[in-house]
Amino acid sequence: MGFFLETLFGGLMAGMLYSLIALGFVLIYKASGVFNFAQGAMVLFAALAMARFAEWIPKWLGFDNLIVANLLAFVAAMALMIVLAWAIERLCLSKLVNQEGITLLMATLGISYFLDGLGQTMFGNDIYSINVGMPKDPAMILENLFEGGLLLSKEDLIAAIIAAALVALLALFFQKTATGRALRAVADDHQAAQSIGIPLNRIWVIVWSVAGFAALVAGIIWGSKLGVQFSLSLVALKALPVVILGGLTSVPGAILGGLIIGVGEKLSEIYLGPFFGGGIEIWFAYVLALAFLLLRPQGLFGEKIIDRV
Amino acid sequence: MLYRENGQFKASYAADQQIFPILQDRVAIGALLAIAFIVLPLFGSEYLFRAILIPFLILALAALGLNILVGYCGQISLGTGAFMAVGAYGAYNFLVRIDGMPLIAAMLLGGLSATVIGVLFGIPSLRIKGLYLAVATLAAQFFTDWAFLRISWFTNNSSSGSVSVAGLNVLGLPIESPVSKYLFCLVVVCVFALMAKNLTRSAIGRQWMAIRDMDVAAAVIGIRPMYAKLTAFAVSSFIVGVAGVLWAFIHLGAWEPAAFSIDRSFQLLFMVIIGGLGSIMGAFFGAAFIIVLPILLDQIPQLLGIPLSTATTSHLVHMIFGALIVFFLIVEPHGLAKLWSIGKQKLRLWPFPH
Repeated sequence: MGFFLETLFGGLMAGMLYSLIALGFVLIYKASGVFNFAQGAMVLFAALAMARFAEWIPKWLGFDNLIVANLLAFVAAMALMIVLAWAIERLCLSKLVNQEGITLLMATLGISYFLDGLGQTMFGNDIYSINVGMPKDPAMILENLFEGGLLLSKEDLIAAIIAAALVALLALFFQKTATGRALRAVADDHQAAQSIGIPLNRIWVIVWSVAGFAALVAGIIWGSKLGVQFSLSLVALKALPVVILGGLTSVPGAILGGLIIGVGEKLSEIYLGPFFGGGIEIWFAYVLALAFLLLRPQGLFGEKIIDRV
Repeated sequence: MLYRENGQFKASYAADQQIFPILQDRVAIGALLAIAFIVLPLFGSEYLFRAILIPFLILALAALGLNILVGYCGQISLGTGAFMAVGAYGAYNFLVRIDGMPLIAAMLLGGLSATVIGVLFGIPSLRIKGLYLAVATLAAQFFTDWAFLRISWFTNNSSSGSVSVAGLNVLGLPIESPVSKYLFCLVVVCVFALMAKNLTRSAIGRQWMAIRDMDVAAAVIGIRPMYAKLTAFAVSSFIVGVAGVLWAFIHLGAWEPAAFSIDRSFQLLFMVIIGGLGSIMGAFFGAAFIIVLPILLDQIPQLLGIPLSTATTSHLVHMIFGALIVFFLIVEPHGLAKLWSIGKQKLRLWPFPH
């Protein structure tokens, strides 16, 4: 039982991180109908920027304070992500308005390749670490309930709390601010939104910036856990089944989908893995998503938008 | 002046419907084939065959297969590498497990196994499309990656996980030297290119294009979407599977699943986009472009005396590919093949364009 719960918690934590990445997908899809394949590359880019700025800024300015360095690096990386969002909108998306979804998908694939190259050219291609002072030692909980207690990584716990806070923040932003309302209007109907005077281009820049922010947070958490390296870009591919499962247009769906995939992956690896020869973590999420696609193509919470022919 | 069709009258339907209706085109393609079959084997260097021509031919074949699915039928696939892998491992098992299996039969059987898997993963396309389908094909990619790595039956219980073939021969002729490998690939590619060209000109090809352009309208005029989509998946994955066999057997010789990773899938998709969606010629342009560009980027800085590390070069290649994808999607969605045909159109009127 203790072992099961430990796996469950591990899965939930991993799932929270998938959710963070999936959130970026959902935000952009909701607001612009673009399925942003480049979200993974954005996570890598943001994490690389964060790691390197935190290293460079103290050198440039000549001080030695971890917290200030991290704060400045965060601001610099965020500024970079906003510039990136603006550039993507200006140079790419605004030229592809009214194109089919498949074209936009391929365009974001191109963007993702470009970002992979750009990030590693600008910031180098070693493995970097992000040190934001996350506690590395595990904690024991519920020792009186189980024999030996449950081993829980504090780092994962903090990451999960940050992710939850981010989701709450985004929900507030979407529900309560004027910009958030405009974003939802654009998501509902581009033309109608434009006709009542919502500037589409600016909305897209904002939403890509918000996705960049989500990417940055995800990148920092993943990066401080695993180190910043190229494989981070691939982790994001895991977020694809998450959004399929949760529904492409639903923020709660992204969260729940992430948790299901995270838990499912860990539990299946341990309880089903031995029957298949192990390593089923690689495809479990995808096959689950595939099964979902056949039974309920709109996902758990998505709007029914798929026309079947 | 030289390239014009005035005075070339067609007296029969057959003459009107041939693949190259203009005499100059026939001459050009004949010359190209003559160069490919006779001149290159006589004068080409080993490096040229190994590093450029053989990978070019094989990837062009795979891009051709993918183009049938993406370019002609409009169904996106990110699992091309998986179908190549199924072809390669299928053919390997047929070759190893059945005594006296000829190479060509093994190759076609490998293609058929890819067809089966392709149709299986194509079934979701009946209900979903666009990016949903992309995820379904990604599932194929990751599943086969895992299956060929973990299920040792597929690799004939090889302890290292990598498998190899040796002593290949076709009809008693050994395929060992680079030239013979090149010629074998060339023959296969020519046969399949002709087949694909004719398929896309036929009724089934028109059905694919109708589905791509608007599936509702296609269904209304009596095209069965299920039949059209699944045949596209079948034909596409057959060709891709055969390309996988060639890639593994002829180009690599010994391989492991990483040779058919998701990067390969992306690479092939890029070839199709850059070369031209919905064009047989485009597959060749795209493959040539993507094979040659990294080599050029490797060579040019050296010639100019600018030292670039291999890492920087590979990042530059990434950036250039990414930028080109976006550029082509915005400026010329039909890729290099469209530029080629625009050039031909201009040439027809040159030097008096009015």
